Amino acid sequence: MTTTPLAERTTAVAARATELSKVYGQGETQVVALDRVSVDFRQAEFTAIMGPSGSGKSTLMHCVAGLDSFSSGSVRIGETELGSLKDKQLTKLRRDKIGFIFQAFNLLPTLTALENITLPMDIAGRKPDKQWLDTVIAMVGLADRLSHRPSQLSGGQQQRVAVARALASRPDIIFGDEPTGNLDSRSGAEVLGFLRNSVRELGQTVVMVTHDPVAAAYADRVVFLADGRVVDEVHAPTADAVLDRMKRFDSKGRTS
Amino acid sequence: MFRTALRNVLAHKARLLMTVLAVMLGVAFVSGTLVFTNTISDAYQKSSAKGFDQVDVAVQPEYAEDKGDKLGKDPELTRPLLDKAAAAPGADSAIGVVTGFTAIADKDGKLIGGGFQSQGGNYWGEKDPRYPIRTGKAPSGKDEVALDVKTAERAGYEVGDKIRISVDGPVLTPTVTAIFTTDDGNVAAGGSLALFDTATAQRLFHKSGTYDEIDVKAAPGTSQSALQANLDKVLPKDVASTTTGQELADDQAVQIEASMSGLKTGLLVFAGIALFVGTFIIANTFTMLVAQRTKELALLRAVGASRKQVTRSVLLEAFLVGAVAAVTGLLAGIGIGAGLRALMGTLDAAVPDGPLVITPGTVVTSFAVGILITMLAAWLPGRRAAKIPPVAAMSSVHAAATTKSLVLRNTLGALFAAAGTAVVLYATTMNGSDGQAPMGFGAVLLIIGVFILTPLLSRPLIAGAAPALRIFGVSGKLARQNSVRNPRRTAATASALMIGLTLITGMTVMAGSLQKSIDKMATSALEADYVVSMANFNSLSPDVEKKLAEADGVTATSPMRNAPARIEGETEYLTGVNGSTIGGLTDLKVDSGSFEVGDARVVVDDGTAKDHGWKAGSTFTVSYEDDRKEKLTVAGVYEGNEMISGIMVDTATLAPHETDPRDMQVLVKTDGGPSDATKDGLEKALGQNPAVKVQDKQDVSNDIAQMFTLMLNMLYGLLAMAVIVAVLGVINTLAMSVFERSQEIGMLRAIGLDRKGIKRMVRLESLVISLFGGVLGVGLGVFFGWAAGELLAGKMPTYELVLPWDRMAVFLLLAAVVGVLAALWPARRAARLNMLSAIKSE
Repeated sequence: MTTTPLAERTTAVAARATELSKVYGQGETQVVALDRVSVDFRQAEFTAIMGPSGSGKSTLMHCVAGLDSFSSGSVRIGETELGSLKDKQLTKLRRDKIGFIFQAFNLLPTLTALENITLPMDIAGRKPDKQWLDTVIAMVGLADRLSHRPSQLSGGQQQRVAVARALASRPDIIFGDEPTGNLDSRSGAEVLGFLRNSVRELGQTVVMVTHDPVAAAYADRVVFLADGRVVDEVHAPTADAVLDRMKRFDSKGRTS
Repeated sequence: MFRTALRNVLAHKARLLMTVLAVMLGVAFVSGTLVFTNTISDAYQKSSAKGFDQVDVAVQPEYAEDKGDKLGKDPELTRPLLDKAAAAPGADSAIGVVTGFTAIADKDGKLIGGGFQSQGGNYWGEKDPRYPIRTGKAPSGKDEVALDVKTAERAGYEVGDKIRISVDGPVLTPTVTAIFTTDDGNVAAGGSLALFDTATAQRLFHKSGTYDEIDVKAAPGTSQSALQANLDKVLPKDVASTTTGQELADDQAVQIEASMSGLKTGLLVFAGIALFVGTFIIANTFTMLVAQRTKELALLRAVGASRKQVTRSVLLEAFLVGAVAAVTGLLAGIGIGAGLRALMGTLDAAVPDGPLVITPGTVVTSFAVGILITMLAAWLPGRRAAKIPPVAAMSSVHAAATTKSLVLRNTLGALFAAAGTAVVLYATTMNGSDGQAPMGFGAVLLIIGVFILTPLLSRPLIAGAAPALRIFGVSGKLARQNSVRNPRRTAATASALMIGLTLITGMTVMAGSLQKSIDKMATSALEADYVVSMANFNSLSPDVEKKLAEADGVTATSPMRNAPARIEGETEYLTGVNGSTIGGLTDLKVDSGSFEVGDARVVVDDGTAKDHGWKAGSTFTVSYEDDRKEKLTVAGVYEGNEMISGIMVDTATLAPHETDPRDMQVLVKTDGGPSDATKDGLEKALGQNPAVKVQDKQDVSNDIAQMFTLMLNMLYGLLAMAVIVAVLGVINTLAMSVFERSQEIGMLRAIGLDRKGIKRMVRLESLVISLFGGVLGVGLGVFFGWAAGELLAGKMPTYELVLPWDRMAVFLLLAAVVGVLAALWPARRAARLNMLSAIKSE
């Protein structure tokens, strides 16, 4: 919300998972999705979470974003410990502190682009900050499409609406679940560009799950997961470096 | 294909549940009606057949027609005739039957059985084979009576008790000397039967020395028909007609069947309405199932299934659903039938005992109705399924619901609605019965038009609700938009509710208006404080008027006496009144002449005057019961109404010609006006007679109101079924919406709409759809109620439209409650949706 000095920004933690475990089932059929994962997501940083299918990357994101419950450990968003929150408080937390971008865009077809963008604030019963809204809309280049319905927009445009929706309420942290998964490479690049700009220029914190090395290359940092554990971390990644790292998983053979 | 269909049914169990329930309720209504009516009519048939056991041949008076200026007088069955019959070859014995109305009071002085089935009769001789005595001895003389065992048990009477009974006026207090059992059908049906010795019965029922019927028993070895032939030879043809016991039983069976068929038809009409409402749900469900399965069906087409096969697979699915619904519906119907009979058993309206009757016809009808209705309703969705192109299997996205233009539909709907409205409006300008057929036709057209137009109407009407919904913030906004998202589905759901509410409102408006007008009619022309009549509207003995005239505070009385006469070659009923008091007891508008009744001067209502072409001063010749003639003069013509009409003649003019005068009512004026004390006084004067009602104007109004309330409540009960089915429809639609929008709901939850907000959204959508149906229904109902009233207004001068605002508000509230209730389960489901699976794209 307020512009934090850069030095402080890099140290302050927007979200932190400590010894986070998530176990499905019991006994023989027990599946460990997350195995004592500890990871920090710093403010104004663009983090990508990568890993092979079944590595637990989506589960990690869902748990940190307050969408899913976890078995043990702790998750903090800012100063708030999620483990102790009830559904109602979690909902409020997601509403006020977190933004989401989904793979399938997930816009409401009955609402116009603008209404979709302001939806989180409508839910909260807040008036959007007009100036900020204009900034966000201008950034994603939707100014002339605001009264269109999602069905009248292309996939790339729909995802830009979703990005704007996530940014509009100025959340502490934005989570993206394969945000470019359903887009062609050009639209995908656009969306990723917006996300990176929001971090660089607006000081937004973004965490994104992806399996695309090119997408991950837009991030400041890539966290690699395998078998429910953090196995590696790459700072200032390039697509090639990420691809190389991913290839090492492949040579080990996919786990699921 | 069958396996595919079966798998599909099993896979969509939950979603088909509401459909099955809707069809099931309809089928249960149908089969319940059939089981119930068959059971009752079977029980009546059996008991009536038993009642004719003692009758081999019944001898009844030959019917005499009214001819020329003579009233036909039925010949009398006398003792000599009975003896002749008993002596006929092949006859074993003969019984003379005397019957009449006999009211019995219970220990609190109240009439047993409401008066309509209160029978009296004669106990024949020493030992009457019709009525085996359980305890006591046969009644003899005027102070002894025998009671049937059911009535005795009901009232707690035993042999030796003094009881209060009434035949046509004065109270009698005979002693019970016997309690007997009987197969009499009337008693089996909950009526009461009191028996006197033959002479007393003949005197009480004004049949001195004669019988209503002579029942002849055949000697062993003589057949009924042989005995009938013998009797025909012995008895004079112009006096006696004979019928065998078998024929009587058959006739009665036909009559019972006929009287039950009215009830059956009535109930089936309501079952039909419920089923009709159900078709909307079935069509909705199958439309959705097909839409959801677009890809799957396209795949079938791609691998070589023909269009016909696709349609057939949908129809097969419908068949399975219909069959399940029919089986469960039939079982439920049998339960309803059994329950209803048990219920009637506990009420006073006892029906004869008998087994539950489930005919093959009932089973076949249930299956046919359940399966055919379901398949019929699934036919259109099935055809739509066949039109899915094979290429749809390849596209990754769900084929969007066909947003086929509504232009054609709206045009068609507008045409129907306009034509319907025009015909109904035209019909209101016609008079009475002429307008009925066009009005019905117009109403059907209009309803069809509105059905077709509901998708169009949904947008503006629901948009009108926007300000109210805005209070609920984002949930309200989303609810409104969701409810117009699939106008066809919303329309079908709302229409289902509309039908029930249209009928309910229409009936209520009509009943309310009718009640008001009849009430006005009954009381406005009346100046009398009290009207005295028999509980079952039987005739009263003239003694009643005499007793009333002597009571304290009574200033004037007049009977309303019915006397048949021949006038100008037709039978007319003269109304005998007290000429000197009638003017003060009524307040009739005199059109011409003067209201003057006495000697040979009479007053005539406008209708009768018109029929005969009379005016004030006209004269006509009347031929009385005793065939004597008299010339009467029309002193005045008054405006008649449903309660008071006809030719009013002074009782003194009639008296010389009447052997057994009977009063229908007695009008009473008192000096203090109506009060509880006065009423008590009048009732005391009549000896607290259980069978006679003393009513002031308010009581008459209440009676009329009660009649209408009872009728309306019955209609409400029957139409409730249609509303319940409509509720299932709303549940169904909401469940579908929640299912289809699970991804959106998951997203909303993720970005911060809490469970309450989701629930509220679903509930409000439900409320909007239900109220939409409610507003349409109440609106149409008022229109139809008004239109039907316009037809009646021609016949009833006092008719005026009464709009029951309070009831209409209740109906809308009911629609709202329906909405809230229907949303309970879908809203919970929506709130509990797993966010993660919901937001994951497929």
